[in-house]
Amino acid sequence: MHLVLFLIFAIFALAGAVNLLLQKHPINSALSLIVVMSSLAVLYLLLGAEFLAMAQIIVYAGAIMVLFTFVVMLLNEGREEKTWGSRTAKTLGFPAAAVLLAIFAATILRAGRHYGTISLSDGVTTTQELSKVLFRDLLLPFELTSVLILIAILGAVALARKDNGEA
Amino acid sequence: MNTTVPAEWYLILSAALFTLGVVGFLIKRSLISIFMSIELMLNAVNLSFVTFAHEWHAVKGQIFVFFVMMVAAAEAAVGLAIIISIFRARGTLTVDQIDLMKL
Amino acid sequence: MNDPMLFLPLIPLLPFLGFLLNGLLGSRLPKALVSAIALVFPLASFALVARAAWMVHAGLALPVVEHDAPAWIVSGAMHIGFGLALDQLTLVMLLVITGVGFLIHLYSVGYMEHETGYWRYFAYLNLFLFFMTTLVLAANFLLMFVGWEGVGLASYLLIGFYIDRKSAGDAGKKAFVVNRVGDFGFLIAIFLLLGNFGTLNFSEIAAHLAAPAGLSGGTITLICLCLLLGATGKSAQIPLYIWLPDAMEGPTPVSALIHAATMVTAGVYMIARAHALFDLSPTALMVVAVIGAATAFFAATVAMVQTDIKRVLAYSTISQLGYMFLACGVGAYSAAVFHLMTHAFFKALLFLAAGSVIHGLSGEQDMRRMGGLRKEMPVTFWTMTAAVLAISGFFPFAGFFSKDAILAAAFHQGAVGKALWTVGLITALMTSFYMFRLWYLTFMGKSRTESRHAHESPWIMLTPLMILAALSVSGGWVGMDRFGAFLAPVTGTPANAGDAHVELMLSVLAVLVAAAGWFVAHSIYGRSGSQSMTESLASPRRVLENKYWVDELYVACVVRPIEWIARYVLGWIGELVLVRGSAWLMAGIAGLCGEWLRRWQSGNLRSYAAWLAAAAAVLLIFVLAGTLLGVGGFAQTISWAVR
Repeated sequence: MHLVLFLIFAIFALAGAVNLLLQKHPINSALSLIVVMSSLAVLYLLLGAEFLAMAQIIVYAGAIMVLFTFVVMLLNEGREEKTWGSRTAKTLGFPAAAVLLAIFAATILRAGRHYGTISLSDGVTTTQELSKVLFRDLLLPFELTSVLILIAILGAVALARKDNGEA
Repeated sequence: MNTTVPAEWYLILSAALFTLGVVGFLIKRSLISIFMSIELMLNAVNLSFVTFAHEWHAVKGQIFVFFVMMVAAAEAAVGLAIIISIFRARGTLTVDQIDLMKL
Repeated sequence: MNDPMLFLPLIPLLPFLGFLLNGLLGSRLPKALVSAIALVFPLASFALVARAAWMVHAGLALPVVEHDAPAWIVSGAMHIGFGLALDQLTLVMLLVITGVGFLIHLYSVGYMEHETGYWRYFAYLNLFLFFMTTLVLAANFLLMFVGWEGVGLASYLLIGFYIDRKSAGDAGKKAFVVNRVGDFGFLIAIFLLLGNFGTLNFSEIAAHLAAPAGLSGGTITLICLCLLLGATGKSAQIPLYIWLPDAMEGPTPVSALIHAATMVTAGVYMIARAHALFDLSPTALMVVAVIGAATAFFAATVAMVQTDIKRVLAYSTISQLGYMFLACGVGAYSAAVFHLMTHAFFKALLFLAAGSVIHGLSGEQDMRRMGGLRKEMPVTFWTMTAAVLAISGFFPFAGFFSKDAILAAAFHQGAVGKALWTVGLITALMTSFYMFRLWYLTFMGKSRTESRHAHESPWIMLTPLMILAALSVSGGWVGMDRFGAFLAPVTGTPANAGDAHVELMLSVLAVLVAAAGWFVAHSIYGRSGSQSMTESLASPRRVLENKYWVDELYVACVVRPIEWIARYVLGWIGELVLVRGSAWLMAGIAGLCGEWLRRWQSGNLRSYAAWLAAAAAVLLIFVLAGTLLGVGGFAQTISWAVR
């Protein structure tokens, strides 16, 4: 059962990611990304992280991606234009990406045999457990995050308003 | 019925998603799509965090993902605001045309 | 400080305050106020000095050294402070500087009355007093050097005071540049002292020298010769005397104060101050004596044919300074200082009287167009007469005592001393001759210009003349013995316990020589005035009138080559190859680097991303290569990770 679920949603995630790259219109890419994120949410659930799964759906697939689609529609940027781009990006970037993947894979495969397996019966990290750590040990970073988000809001407002001072 | 999956599969998936994000960064031409690629990379990393958290039964790994989400939210807000102001200034989001920072 | 009530720092600082006030605000102040400021501060300084002198007279023990002065340079074991010290030598110098200085300030009020830049003049003059008092009060060589450089600066500013006259500017530059050569020597000497003794304090150096295991003679000689180079620059001795005659471009009171009475004697002061060093080096002393005698003789010959009244006095100053060096060279430091003091009186008087003549004749300086001024300027005439008698060495005027002391000291220094004494005596003859020549040409006979409106100078100028005349007459009465005894704690006792008969004979001889000089001058110039400035001895005259072509020699040997080097070697090799070449090289390297690097800075986001990815890949390979290839540490890394 776990294997089936994993395979299904892993394939969904990979397919969404590939589709993100292939689509020419940003709105399609955004929708693909939502597929990836939702699949990841299921995978989180499989890994026993129920709180994160919910947060993934609400924060990422919900809020952030809504923001993306909203901006895409606001700017009404059409299909991507075919541009010359940069030679460096192709000659250097793709080998680099391949090397990165190779290194990751090699490292994981060599180290992975020491790792255990994951099944549905592993149990779940409850929200309660999570909260204990979050609000007891890491209270200060958590509060600081709220400040960070406040600053981000102010920065976004300052950046996005028109230059002539109209709000 | 109670099948199991090796932890490394999750990690491989994470690496694959991350590399796809890198490739996306390199091939996408629209600034906003590039930004999505960044989000994709963040998500891939989150997946490996959660996997390791499960592997080592460490709650803090999940907490870390939680913080990454917060930061990602903040980053998305600011990043999109920057994209809007760039679009206002340049009238396009094609990165190959936004290359004024050269001689 | 064993007596805190001397206010030593105030002695230099008061004139400095005057300098600041006049220098910063003077252009906006009324003339009377400028004069008041310029006079009050030197007077206050003089009052402090006089008070110190009175306290010394009343039994204050000298030297007074400030031990708690603020530190200036502290580095490792080296500690140089702003310490001042007062001893007998300094006291004499201070009395001369502030006393004569104040009189000349007073005189200047009258002399400079109609000049533009009145306030500027007094600001510079006060600045000079500040530096000069610093020079003599300093308790270590470096602070002395500050004063030394500062008086050079003030001298430069005042020589070039007439800024609309090119010759004045050139003369100022010449003085400054020539002095640099001397200062270079002084500076080297300071470095050597610091390197060898680790301190620059006079007292500590003297203590080091007194220690039995002293330095070897070579080092001491080197230090002394470097000091001597500095002294020859400041005191206008061979080979660096050439700036002083040109310095007469400055206003006459400046010539009196700086280039006759005080600043040019700084070299003598310095040698007297450092006499502990010189005493250990007979070679250096011999050089000092020979330079002094040669300069005295040489300058006197030139002075005999000069026609510009101030130039006669300038060469006379050089000559008299030569006497002082001669005295130092034979170890008679107190005699040198004695002559320094009397010379300050009568030479300042001579300059001021000459200034009075020039003032009265509306700027005429050529003696050939003077004559017969005795009637029109009686006070100037009589004071000048006193000065002429004093410098010529007639008994009982001041110059007699000091010059006699020097000659006697030289006479007792063996065979070489006898030779020096002979030179000194001949110089005395010439001195008497050229001074009476000046006297006859200026005051006697008839006027040699038709239309002139000579007038006696105002009282504010005559008062200093009369005071200085009184000092020129009486300044030597204290006598060498008592003066030497007073200075003995600082300069040591000269060992010329000569035979009284010999002394008397020498004195009589000196007076006779002076009288002979007068007689010769009288026979040539006394009766018929300038017509008898004979054409006889034409070729020696030509040599003398051209001052031995020394200026030309210096131009040919020093100035031209330096110009040539500057123009061709430095100009082409230095400027073109080194400066511009290196600039071009730098620019080229930077340009090539930029040309190469700018391709990375494409401004293209995706190429940046590619570089980023590549860099990440390289970093990961670098970090993980070992583990991935299983070469080393892989098991550890993994076991650490798994745990």
